[in-house]
Amino acid sequence: MSADRLLLTLSDSSDSSDGHSRIEILNTGGYRSDGRRQYELRTISIDLSPQGSGADGSASLTHGLTQVNVCVFGPREAKMRSQTYHDRANVNIEVAIAAFSASERRKRGRGDKRILELSQTLKSTFEPVIQTSLYPRSQIDIYIQVLQQDGGLLQACVNATTLALANAGIPMYDFVCAVTGGVHSTSALLDLTLLEENDLPNVTVAVMPRSGKITLVSMETRLHVDRFEEIFRLAGEAGTVIHREMRRAVKDRTEQLVASMQSVGRPSTGADVGDNEY
Amino acid sequence: MRPPSPSIPEKEFLFSALKQGLRLDGREFFETRPVTLTFGPELGWVECSLGKTRVLAQVDAKMIKPPPERPFEGVISIHSEISPMASSEFELGRPSEEEVTITRMLDKVIRRSDVVDKESLCILAGQRVWHLRLNVHCLSDSGNLLDYVEVIGEEVTVHHPTSRAPIPLSLHHNLYCFTFAFFSDTSIHPVLDPNHLEQRLNGGLISIALNAHHELCVVQKSGGVPLEPADVLRIVNVAVQKAKDLDVIVESRLREDWEGRKVEVR
Repeated sequence: MSADRLLLTLSDSSDSSDGHSRIEILNTGGYRSDGRRQYELRTISIDLSPQGSGADGSASLTHGLTQVNVCVFGPREAKMRSQTYHDRANVNIEVAIAAFSASERRKRGRGDKRILELSQTLKSTFEPVIQTSLYPRSQIDIYIQVLQQDGGLLQACVNATTLALANAGIPMYDFVCAVTGGVHSTSALLDLTLLEENDLPNVTVAVMPRSGKITLVSMETRLHVDRFEEIFRLAGEAGTVIHREMRRAVKDRTEQLVASMQSVGRPSTGADVGDNEY
Repeated sequence: MRPPSPSIPEKEFLFSALKQGLRLDGREFFETRPVTLTFGPELGWVECSLGKTRVLAQVDAKMIKPPPERPFEGVISIHSEISPMASSEFELGRPSEEEVTITRMLDKVIRRSDVVDKESLCILAGQRVWHLRLNVHCLSDSGNLLDYVEVIGEEVTVHHPTSRAPIPLSLHHNLYCFTFAFFSDTSIHPVLDPNHLEQRLNGGLISIALNAHHELCVVQKSGGVPLEPADVLRIVNVAVQKAKDLDVIVESRLREDWEGRKVEVR
């Protein structure tokens, strides 16, 4: 639905009479280029059904047009003994960005600095969140596949990884919910698309909703300190909205699984299904 | 080669000292080590040291044909090397995690924040532009290599091979980077400019690159112990203050050096 609106807006602006095809980031009516309002987040769709051959947990998440798949394997025996820790699990994250994910086809090797940095950032974000001390000398592998990019890559990777880990049953201290925020002259915007990301200073913030603490802050564009403060707070609050969606998806999935387990074999036992509170 | 973790007595000593508000080298929590900038014999060569950590940077320029999609801008490429000379943790050839972090930070800071005015690097639109190559060598690592590397990026001047007077590169603004380390025990305040031991035992790092005009260029807190939003903002404010102080020092050193060289211009 939002994709159609995006196409419509693009074709409209290219027909403007003065010959310039500039797309307005935020118009006077308060609408952005894809029809959203200032603080509105893109449509989130979460799919927790199994993918990959025998992944312990998997998740496919889309934020509008950005789509990311994550598969989690583990905790399992480490492939390389030299990388194990005697008192905790080793978390290994590998990111692969599909060549067809961006508007121009570009093949990125494994050693690409941007990808390495992304993996490292994700690793240091999740290492303190996963209860690794429960699984000494083992390894948790997280494989991330980026299928479509339309802004908010780090955000989507963090959210999808959290879901996949929850789906795999790996104990964590809390969810990690990320959202991007940007500033257009004086108005703050949330959940930026690629167009907005390229034009505006933006920051990605990941928050742990139960405690409200911030785990990840990543900003690569120039922004005045006062504006930063504003967006930073806003993004922290938006993280809780994403948390609600994620919790709902996990709960629905669990209900489905429990219902199908109960329907196999014996007739309904009347046991409550909704008791699995996260 | 993964370095051995610090021993338990070292860890306990560091944490108990920090809890009492003392740092092992006697600095305050938000005090950086003194910065010394040494300018080399040729223009565009600087060595910077913060305590025992030393980094060398050099800028080289040559003329090339610009890429067709951007005929009005020059090109800047950044090349950094961390050799085992800096510390036995680093291996030659394979980029270690820390090297990736440093290269990417530099990349973000210098290229994405438009520090250097790329258009001024243009000599003849579409035909010839300057290609600046910034080489960074880490000579010795005693914690916190990152902050270092940033401070030097600024001293860059270009010299024309035609023996005209060299003119300084026009930089939009000077960037400084500060790294704060915080620890898993949240009662300990974050410390600025961690030394080697503090860096190894940290529960997370937050790096902030900004200029002296209250503008943040890069803020990177990759995971580590979660912090309250108010703490993050407090750290940012400290960094703003420190950037102003550091700017004064660097500007005055640059000016002194420039005066010293003017004598050689024919």
